Amino acid sequence: MRRPSTPSLFVVLAVFAALAAVAGVGLGAAGLSPREIALALAGRGDDVARGIVWSLRLPRVALGFVVGGVLAVSGAALQALVRNPLADPYLLGLSGGAGLGAVLALVAGVVSAWVLPAAAFAGALAATLLVYRLALVAGRALDSRMLLLGGVVVGAFAGALVAGILSVSDAAQLRTATLWLMGGLGGVGWPGVLVLVVYAVPALAVLVAESRALNLLALGEEPAVHLGADVARTKRRVYVAASLLTAASVAAAGIIGFVGLVVPHTIRLLKGHDHRVLLPAAFVLGGAFLVLADALARTAFAPLELPVGVVTAVVGVPFFVVLLKRWTSR
Amino acid sequence: MSGQGELSAGGATNAPRVGAASSGAVAMESDGAGGATNAPRVGAASSGAVFELSDVTVRYTGAAAGGPPALERVSFAVRAGECVAVVGPNGAGKTTLLRALLGQVPTASGRALALGRDARSWARDALAREVGVVSQREEPAFPLTVREAVEMGRYPHLGAWRAPGSADRAAVERAMRRSDVIALGDRWVETLSGGEWQRVRIARALAQEPRALVLDEPTASLDLSHEMQLFELVQDLVRRDGLAALIVSHHINVAARFADRLVLLAGGRVVADGPGEAVLEPQRLAAVFGWPVAVYRLEDGSVQLYPERQPVKPDSGVVP
Repeated sequence: MRRPSTPSLFVVLAVFAALAAVAGVGLGAAGLSPREIALALAGRGDDVARGIVWSLRLPRVALGFVVGGVLAVSGAALQALVRNPLADPYLLGLSGGAGLGAVLALVAGVVSAWVLPAAAFAGALAATLLVYRLALVAGRALDSRMLLLGGVVVGAFAGALVAGILSVSDAAQLRTATLWLMGGLGGVGWPGVLVLVVYAVPALAVLVAESRALNLLALGEEPAVHLGADVARTKRRVYVAASLLTAASVAAAGIIGFVGLVVPHTIRLLKGHDHRVLLPAAFVLGGAFLVLADALARTAFAPLELPVGVVTAVVGVPFFVVLLKRWTSR
Repeated sequence: MSGQGELSAGGATNAPRVGAASSGAVAMESDGAGGATNAPRVGAASSGAVFELSDVTVRYTGAAAGGPPALERVSFAVRAGECVAVVGPNGAGKTTLLRALLGQVPTASGRALALGRDARSWARDALAREVGVVSQREEPAFPLTVREAVEMGRYPHLGAWRAPGSADRAAVERAMRRSDVIALGDRWVETLSGGEWQRVRIARALAQEPRALVLDEPTASLDLSHEMQLFELVQDLVRRDGLAALIVSHHINVAARFADRLVLLAGGRVVADGPGEAVLEPQRLAAVFGWPVAVYRLEDGSVQLYPERQPVKPDSGVVP
């Protein structure tokens, strides 16, 4: 298959993202007509429609776009870092660690939207270190399969701790934490978007700056060093940045799996593995994908609303199976 | 070592059918003096040593601490326009030697210089502009084309941000031509044969526009013709472009034919350093490898070693 040129790839992605945004703003329980939505967007029409569009749907689309983009970028970076196409923040235990950190903070009574991501970040970093320690115990710290295995174990461990904490917490805490844990893009509004953007932008900048080094790292650590990459520094930076991105998205929207796996691989299949193109392209596609998944989650069983993670998992698991087959048959 | 006694007789009993076989009557001893006396044969651009180890000892901390050092008082040098092969048994310290001269391990004592500067003081990208390394193993995690692989050789010149310019494209083109991989440009590297892949990796090292090439067992998995092709290419790069080349190899006979000097390592020490005909001396090789060998001088003056048979004794079932 011929690869599309970089500009045409981004044009297609931009169109897709625009369509996703239209779907995200256009679909919903309130059943607004396109005309009402257009009027509300222009700042006219009745107050109820304006409120729904500006305070509910638009921040939800914006949050979905940034969360999806952030998950996809950290997945893409982690795949190169651990040299394994099956890596993503969820499978490496980062999401689980971030979730545990955030639940601990919630149960301790933290309510600030600015502090929650920091607690999640601490959890994600702790999970990363634990995964590394597990791989070290096995004496194969550089073996990506050990890292993935460790990630699954640590993720399960964090999930168990979260369940344990919730079972002994009081009713009010339980409700807050459970709702949040199920994941979802509603409820945080524009302030939540702002918090996420402030946490994510520096981390995204770090990953983009490391994209050439990530290209080299995909060859292996030794060749990367010989080609002039400072591998230890790159690994440190990418782990910390990916942990921060995962933490910020988990704090804003709970644990959403598979975006970090499905999206980067779609770009890899379309355009190849140059991380200078892959990372920004994965951001746009990841954002559009999550916005669409959320629109689907809201409308598929309306007026009931599915957690968006259910939709991403329904799409992601078959994709994961295909990927696993391709990878192991190499 | 059991092999020693049989060695004197060695050549006579199992002579291969080459002209002028003589069982290793090599007089010249070159220990110690080796590096200094062997000036490069071509007029190379720069005169100083590209790599220089003087009295270098390397000790690994951790598990192996307290044991013998990985390298012990090793001295040798590689100059521009010179092809040097490092040979020796498994565990002799060959990999550590490479790591020492690339500044990847601290030296317990002595000095390791790369292009006149303390090897440890080089920034990775600055060193990669001077030295191209083809390591033993490499397995890309994601598919990439030959051209993409060679273009990665420009990384030390580009850094994180600069876009490749005409000079970078020209360097990639030159490197691909020189290693004869132009025709492979659009192929996926995972579809290449072992010999093609090694040529691509040499092209990538050349795209770095280095002054020296370091090759760690470059022909370990290649068949005869690909092995010869690769050594011919490396020697041509040394002769015509004045590169310095350092090759670690287990294939002593091929190394002896192509290298200006052999450095024989054993137990972390340089046992001999000099031209092949001086280094490949039967008693010495038998002691180092723990196996009896004969050495034959070919008509062209080069020497080749020939391991003797040591059949397993009927009762013991163990190799002597």
